[in-house]
Amino acid sequence: MLLLPCPWCGLREEVEFRYGGQAGIAYPADPDALSDEEWADYLFMRDNPKGPFAERWYHVHGCRRWFNLVRDTATNELLAEGR
Amino acid sequence: MPGPGPGRRLASGGAIDRTRTLGFTFDGREYAGLEGDTLASALLANGLAGGFQSPLLGRPRGVMSAGPEEPCAFVEVSAPWFDLLAPATMLRLVDGLAAIPRTGVGRLPPPDASAVAARPRHAHVETLVVGGGVAGLRAAREAAERGDRVLLLDERSWLGGTARSFEQVEGRPAWEWVEETAAALRSAPDVTLLTEATALGLYDAGYAVIHERSRPVEHLWHVRAKRVVLATGAHERPVAFAGNDRPGVMLSGAVLTYLDRFGVLPAERAVVWVANDAGYATARALRAAGAEVVAVVDARREGEAAAQDQARADGLEVLAGSVIAATDAATGSGHVSGAFAVGPDGQRIRLEAELLAVSGGWNPVVQLHRAIGGGLRYDPARACFVPDGGPTWLSATGAAAGEVPAAEPVWHIAAGDGDSSALSTSLSEHFVDLQRDQTVSDVAGALDAGLRSVEHIKRVTHIGTAADQGRTSGTLAAEIVNQLLGADPGAQGPTGARPPWAPLPYHVLAGPFRGRLFDPVRETPIHPWHVAHGAVFENVGQWKRPWYFQREGESMEEAVLRECAAARDGVALMDASTLGKIEVVGPDAATFLDRMYTNAISTLPVGRLRYGVMLGLDGMVFDDGVAMRLAADRYLVTTTTGNAAAVLDRFEEWLQTEWPELRCWATSVTEQWATIAVVGPLAREVLWAAGTDVDVSTAAFPFMAWRDGTVAGVPARVTRVSFSGSLAFEVNIASWHGLQVWEALYAAGQPFGLTVYGTETMHVLRAEKAFPIVGQDTDGTVTADDLGMSWIVNLRKGDFVGRRSLRRADLTRPNRKQLVGLLPQDTAALIPEGAQLIDPGSVGASPPVPMRGHVTSSYRSAALGRTFALALLEAGRQRHGDTVFAFDARLTEPIAATVADPVFYDPEGARRDG
Amino acid sequence: MAMRYWRAAEPKRSYDVVVVGGGGHGLATAYYLARNHDLTDVCVVEKGWLGGGNTARNTTIIRSNYLWDESAAIYEHSLKLWERLEEDLGLDLRFSQRGVLNLAHDLGEMRSSLRRVNANALNGVDAEWLTPAEVAAFCPVVNVSPDVRYPVLGATLQRRGGIARHDRVAWGFASVADRLGVDIVEHCEVTGFVRSPAGRVTGVETTRGTITANKVAVVAAGHTSVLAAMVGLRLPLQSHPLQALVSVLLTPVLDCVVMSNAVHVYVSQADKGELVMGAGIDGHNSYTQRGAFHLIEEQLAAALELFPVFAHAKLLRTWGGIVDVCPDASPIIGPTPIEGLWLNCGWGTGGFKATPGSGWVFAETIAKGEPAPLALPFALDRFTTGALINEHGAAAVAH
Repeated sequence: MLLLPCPWCGLREEVEFRYGGQAGIAYPADPDALSDEEWADYLFMRDNPKGPFAERWYHVHGCRRWFNLVRDTATNELLAEGR
Repeated sequence: MPGPGPGRRLASGGAIDRTRTLGFTFDGREYAGLEGDTLASALLANGLAGGFQSPLLGRPRGVMSAGPEEPCAFVEVSAPWFDLLAPATMLRLVDGLAAIPRTGVGRLPPPDASAVAARPRHAHVETLVVGGGVAGLRAAREAAERGDRVLLLDERSWLGGTARSFEQVEGRPAWEWVEETAAALRSAPDVTLLTEATALGLYDAGYAVIHERSRPVEHLWHVRAKRVVLATGAHERPVAFAGNDRPGVMLSGAVLTYLDRFGVLPAERAVVWVANDAGYATARALRAAGAEVVAVVDARREGEAAAQDQARADGLEVLAGSVIAATDAATGSGHVSGAFAVGPDGQRIRLEAELLAVSGGWNPVVQLHRAIGGGLRYDPARACFVPDGGPTWLSATGAAAGEVPAAEPVWHIAAGDGDSSALSTSLSEHFVDLQRDQTVSDVAGALDAGLRSVEHIKRVTHIGTAADQGRTSGTLAAEIVNQLLGADPGAQGPTGARPPWAPLPYHVLAGPFRGRLFDPVRETPIHPWHVAHGAVFENVGQWKRPWYFQREGESMEEAVLRECAAARDGVALMDASTLGKIEVVGPDAATFLDRMYTNAISTLPVGRLRYGVMLGLDGMVFDDGVAMRLAADRYLVTTTTGNAAAVLDRFEEWLQTEWPELRCWATSVTEQWATIAVVGPLAREVLWAAGTDVDVSTAAFPFMAWRDGTVAGVPARVTRVSFSGSLAFEVNIASWHGLQVWEALYAAGQPFGLTVYGTETMHVLRAEKAFPIVGQDTDGTVTADDLGMSWIVNLRKGDFVGRRSLRRADLTRPNRKQLVGLLPQDTAALIPEGAQLIDPGSVGASPPVPMRGHVTSSYRSAALGRTFALALLEAGRQRHGDTVFAFDARLTEPIAATVADPVFYDPEGARRDG
Repeated sequence: MAMRYWRAAEPKRSYDVVVVGGGGHGLATAYYLARNHDLTDVCVVEKGWLGGGNTARNTTIIRSNYLWDESAAIYEHSLKLWERLEEDLGLDLRFSQRGVLNLAHDLGEMRSSLRRVNANALNGVDAEWLTPAEVAAFCPVVNVSPDVRYPVLGATLQRRGGIARHDRVAWGFASVADRLGVDIVEHCEVTGFVRSPAGRVTGVETTRGTITANKVAVVAAGHTSVLAAMVGLRLPLQSHPLQALVSVLLTPVLDCVVMSNAVHVYVSQADKGELVMGAGIDGHNSYTQRGAFHLIEEQLAAALELFPVFAHAKLLRTWGGIVDVCPDASPIIGPTPIEGLWLNCGWGTGGFKATPGSGWVFAETIAKGEPAPLALPFALDRFTTGALINEHGAAAVAH
């Protein structure tokens, strides 16, 4: 079980969190302007690296705040904390 | 039947309490042991060296070790507790223990024999020390002196590990040092010492799971440690040679443990065979205990080890440069009666002995290190694998770190001629894995067939996969593979380590989280009333909801028809408290909800309600509910019972991660409110009778509006909303008033024939109106348009979640499945829900039969006086009037049905006003 | 032992087809390329030991009772191949059609289970609905008492479903493919792709040198995204740990496969005697091949709800694989936007049962240069059109 740094609550057990996948996938400013391919890219295509990965977590059973961090998916080592 | 053995209890010595005799049974016979014994030491003390059998070949086997590495002496314990399969070497003897030998295959007792208790425990420490030997105690002392919170555990029932009574630690006799150090630790403020506790595995960020075999309540510890120190010691390694599995062939350190800790002499005449210095202590202890040490056979050449000459000086016979190639056995018991030594010149001599103590070298216990991603490095001087790398929070100390005696790499003595490269069929008595009955011959066979990886060898032979976790066989098998392939020692290491370190019962892992505690039960404030009034419940997520209320002598079908008729023609009550309720508050609440729902919520006037649908980003229907505008900056939205948490989470996600600029907050109020639906043409009469200051007349209280007031003397928010198509009011009160108001409404309704109803009737009533149920009439692949609800999708109001997906090719194709009504042509025939719809021409056709859709909801209707169904049907809206057949595998033939508009009841909407 | 496994081949410099990934699916692909399409100039490169990824780490359940036509077609094709695979490969795979029960615990699950049974029947996939009493008769150790938190309301049964020995499947495909001329190269990790000036993939860079190929077929399960990223391709895949566990050997107690989505159990007893169970999938991306321990605890609590008789069984081993999961819980099979590069991935939690079928349709796709009919619905473009094949219901947490 991972030990995750909630920026508001401190280190907490993984069971308090929900995973949010890759960080930084912003909702398009004008979805209507996108082609189907571009929309599919936003909806479904994701990085999935073996190594450092910027990802989102949601402290669902805690403060209910979202935050980002960078974790090495090859080792589960936390590399950077964020908000 | 246990075989007779040559062992006996010595007159003195050991860490046993000779004043406390413990009775036990083994294989049905009664014996006595001493406080401080393990079952294995008690068996040996009773002269039971054997008594066990090998699983596949049925060969006699005996106790081989004194610890968790035991491959042979497995028992089932039936008293005073049940244990499916445990090594006798790890069972602390207790009075009344009843054990029978098992071959490594467990036999489950019937469930009622499962009176068990296990509890979770949690600890946070700076330092966790795994292993309570000298190295572990030192590590714990150092950490405690630093001020750490410390947890130290050992899988044995004592601390001190393999420290010997005759050794010195820090100038003190070893056992006294252990006692003093442990006592000091125990008196330290934040130190916990556990025995009979096994570290099952290490996980990310210093997380450890520990099984404490305390009785009668066992504990499963979950520990977070800043640092973990492995002081797990080393396990002595056997050597593969002919007949190395016989009772009487034991690990040399184990022999020493039985002598020193338990005061047990396994046999009067012994050969000690070593590839390192450690076995010499065993030889000396044997002799000191009065045994005859026939010889110390040392694989190292003459003069290669100082220990040889020291032993000779002490009067021990040492055969240097020699190996044991085989044993023979007494007829009957199968117990060792002699060992064949092969000297440096190939000369072979038989040494008569009932005990062969073997030390092939020492393997640091590194499985916990490996299972968390640590590597191994081969140490040629010690002929073993030592830990390498691993997470920063993990370290090893003592023997676990590789501080073990230098050893000659001796793995396998081939065919008795000393030439270890020769393969022959006689290798079939050279055991590698005693619990799986696998030999060098099996390994060689796998190599002959073309396998090369130890992982493949493991999988074809099953070496290392038994209940002993391959502790004596893993490294041995790898080195034999290296040897047979002509590779260097250490070229391939043991196969990957997989937790848990020692098997443990499922019930300990499940802990108390069974039965009612398996998953929380959610009940509404009115629940006790439902229980008292014959409700049959349905699980909806974690909620218990009344499914229908069964009266004496009534079938479910009759009950539901009765409930439906009351709601349509009289008056009925339903507990709707489980509906999700979320308050959305803030100056931007309207803007936010416009983006979440397909229709405009911002245009809703204060005091009114509006039905809304939410889509997933993929354009599929995600949830529906009603939005109620409480003030310009305040809404209360409802969700389906099952999706309440998911909807709130979705609100939070969009608000926090995409639109943090919106001043808007969402709060769950589901459990703050009890909601009672008063349904039917006589609903107003019941409200009046119960007493309300809300003007519920049609003129004053329009459909889809809300009013604050009192009902039955309690502050209430009354809404006019209908999930049935009949006149209905929903009375919302603080949850602690829920039961009181329900009872008041129920009593007030009695003169009007008021009936209570459950979810089944709710489903029938809404289906008659074609109101879909998310999750029943949808399955994540259904759009609002598919449901005939394009009217609620406002493409002009601006963007909302899921909007862009709606114009993708697959969502606009003409033959999408659409919600239709079905009227069985036999008006009494009830189509089973889940039936597949097929064309008339497909009836009786052989598979594959094209499917045109499926039935999502199907009921008997009191109002219609017949059965009807809802279905999703390809291009269904163009097919009203067509005949389709509903196929259910359980029916003898498909049911013919006519496709119809799905709104069956009161299509004009006249009934909603009463 | 009369068995002969595969040669330790030295990679040649060039092949017609290079298959990246020496697990069950990759080896089956190579086998069917050789057997069905006479393409024997094929090399399978595997970064570790053969069959050591998800092939060695799954719970070996085989069934074809999927809801949607597209899924039922490919899984049923696979099951039909399983039914003659021991003969094809000349190896005892311990293939045992002992029946697979999928339990339903609430009214919603009953509806969707019946819908699936009916769809299966019309698709020619054997399926039955059992009442709780029939469940108890078929599998007496399942607790069908109504007095539990989530009672068993019924179950679907696919009698032709069952289990097989996972390792032997990989070895069987490898051995026969080897004899047909396929080179199998273990401990050979792909580190990059060879590209033509026009961008076409023309080979792979490996830890054992460059290997060129007319076609490169990636069948790398959890590591697919890592390989795809080497050519700048993003996929709708996320890699998660999925754990499984076995008990110590037990005398026979369970003679069918039991799966439950709601209570979350999938369990069978292997021929050797261990109970084989799957645990939950970790929510986060990870390549560590280890999952969180609380999922094991939750799994065993769930198991004891359904099987009180398992209370004293002992957990022997747990381990993790890396599953590559698509948003619709269905695989991706077919060409990519990059010429010369073909993909077979996204099998998520359910790949083992598909092994022969997956290899069959992928081999056909590669050999013919266009998607095989059974593979066509699983093309990458479904994520653009929206024609997803939503098998979350069937796959759910279990498979």
